Amino acid sequence: MVSLNTVAPAAASPRPGLSETGVAIDARVEKIYYGDFLAVRDSHVAVEKGQITGFIGPSGCGKSTVLRSLNRMNDLIPSFRLMGSVTFLGQDIYAKSVDPVVVRRHIGMVFQQPNPFSMSIYENVAFGLRLNRFKGDYDEKVETALRKAGLWNEVKDKLRQNGLALSGGQQQRLCIARAIATNPTVLLMDEPCSALDPIATRIIEELMLELKQEYSVAIVTHNMQQAMRVADKTAFFSVDISKGGRTGFLVEQGDTRQIFHDPREKLTKDYISGEFS
Amino acid sequence: MSAEGFDLKGDNSISRPPSRGEILADRAFRGIAYASGGLVVAMLAYILWEIGGQAAPAIARDGLGFLTRAVWNPQEHDFGILAEIWGTLYSSILALLIAGFFGVAVAIFLTQDFLDARLARVFRTVIEMLAAIPSVVFGLWGIYVVIPAIRPVANWLHEFLGFIPLFSTPMAGPGMAPAVIVLAIMVLPTVAAISQDAFQLIPYKVKEAAYGMGTTRWEAIQKVMLPTASSGIAASLVLGFGRALGETMALAMLIGNSGQISLSLFSPANTLASLLASQFPEAGALEVEQLMYAALALLGIALVVNIIGTLIMAMSSKQTVS
Repeated sequence: MVSLNTVAPAAASPRPGLSETGVAIDARVEKIYYGDFLAVRDSHVAVEKGQITGFIGPSGCGKSTVLRSLNRMNDLIPSFRLMGSVTFLGQDIYAKSVDPVVVRRHIGMVFQQPNPFSMSIYENVAFGLRLNRFKGDYDEKVETALRKAGLWNEVKDKLRQNGLALSGGQQQRLCIARAIATNPTVLLMDEPCSALDPIATRIIEELMLELKQEYSVAIVTHNMQQAMRVADKTAFFSVDISKGGRTGFLVEQGDTRQIFHDPREKLTKDYISGEFS
Repeated sequence: MSAEGFDLKGDNSISRPPSRGEILADRAFRGIAYASGGLVVAMLAYILWEIGGQAAPAIARDGLGFLTRAVWNPQEHDFGILAEIWGTLYSSILALLIAGFFGVAVAIFLTQDFLDARLARVFRTVIEMLAAIPSVVFGLWGIYVVIPAIRPVANWLHEFLGFIPLFSTPMAGPGMAPAVIVLAIMVLPTVAAISQDAFQLIPYKVKEAAYGMGTTRWEAIQKVMLPTASSGIAASLVLGFGRALGETMALAMLIGNSGQISLSLFSPANTLASLLASQFPEAGALEVEQLMYAALALLGIALVVNIIGTLIMAMSSKQTVS
């Protein structure tokens, strides 16, 4: 069991229950507000252990907002308010005693735009290790993370080069390496391929399939084919503009195959078949 | 360029080539831009030429010895500006240490969400207003407020810690310490404003990346924001240094105008700029040549500092996060 109330013991943290199946993050979002604006309502989504959960839906449907609520990234926005609960391995991450900093150390994130730090490739990957005061073999950890991110062969001779000198696709893989270097339990990916070309996208998708051996992954994508290719489970969100607002909500979640081939809801069916209005 | 040879007959598009007038306006604008740029370079060259020309007899007479000796004796026609070079660099470096620390602290305070945006703007404006206070007002404030305020502290430090070179002389009145304090306040707006720009140029996604890794706010600032802004901060320090080197009036009023080389903060000293300001009015023909030589030295130091600053900024823009 991971305790969120203390600082994480970094990379040495155990991999809680990845052998078993079950739910890593259970989000019961009743309402998410930005100020007075109701952004998301009634969305109960689960991120399953050792699987890839895809969040799909039209723009404004709140899929990114929900994803960013899973590691309290939305706390950066002062007007953000969440009603409901998000449980990570049995603990409510929005409980008063929980420090969002610790949550984010256990639940890594990869963003839409590649965002390596303006420092060497090596230091980018070692960043989380240093942050968590890891005592041990940095070279080995950095190499392992870069290998898992499928970047090692391309950068092993230029680890001292600035990470920003890499191409966009390489930068995104560097960000993945940075996120997984500390062995977080869950990896959240917010449209990780939307700024990349098709070849780089394919590489990252293959990478995701490898990563799910060790991590529970949740990915937001606007690309339905991508969800079909990589996700085991898919959550479909839609947006409700009936009351003059734009409020996202979960329509249904299920096995990817079922969502795409035999959706329960008409909204899902319309969206999948391209008849979304 | 004219439309000749590119006449698409039967094309219904509303596209048309630029008219004669538009082409002329384009050329005229380009001409003015080149001329303005050229004028700046020409002006700098002319100033160097003119001052160099007037300093030439002194250069011929004293050679480099003028720069390496500390003496100013018009009666004996014996001149050397080492003390003033020392005073200029020493006061500027000390002022920069203070202004650099507080300027970067202010920049962090105003850009890293410690204040709400409106309050931060008010603060920023107030700090920029410091730059609008005339030098002579700073000088008067130094004489009537700073010197009396720090004299007891200075003399206490000298009495009990006099073995430290920084405190090795008592403080009688004007000297290095009040000059440095006032100079630091004058340089602060430059450092703070340019450092703020450096922090504000950091894209939001970098901040997200830092927090996404699980940094606390201080860790994000210290481990990510500061290194990312470092080249901009360095540029702010160089520009601040340039300002400090050339500052004249307040220093002439506060530094004591005495050509001494001392590490002591409480000893009077002199800078090149205040030497020029204080000696010119009563200078004879010969002394003017020496002062021109001193001006050339000051100009040289300032140019070198600015060139370094430009190089740092060029390097930083290469590294800017896309």
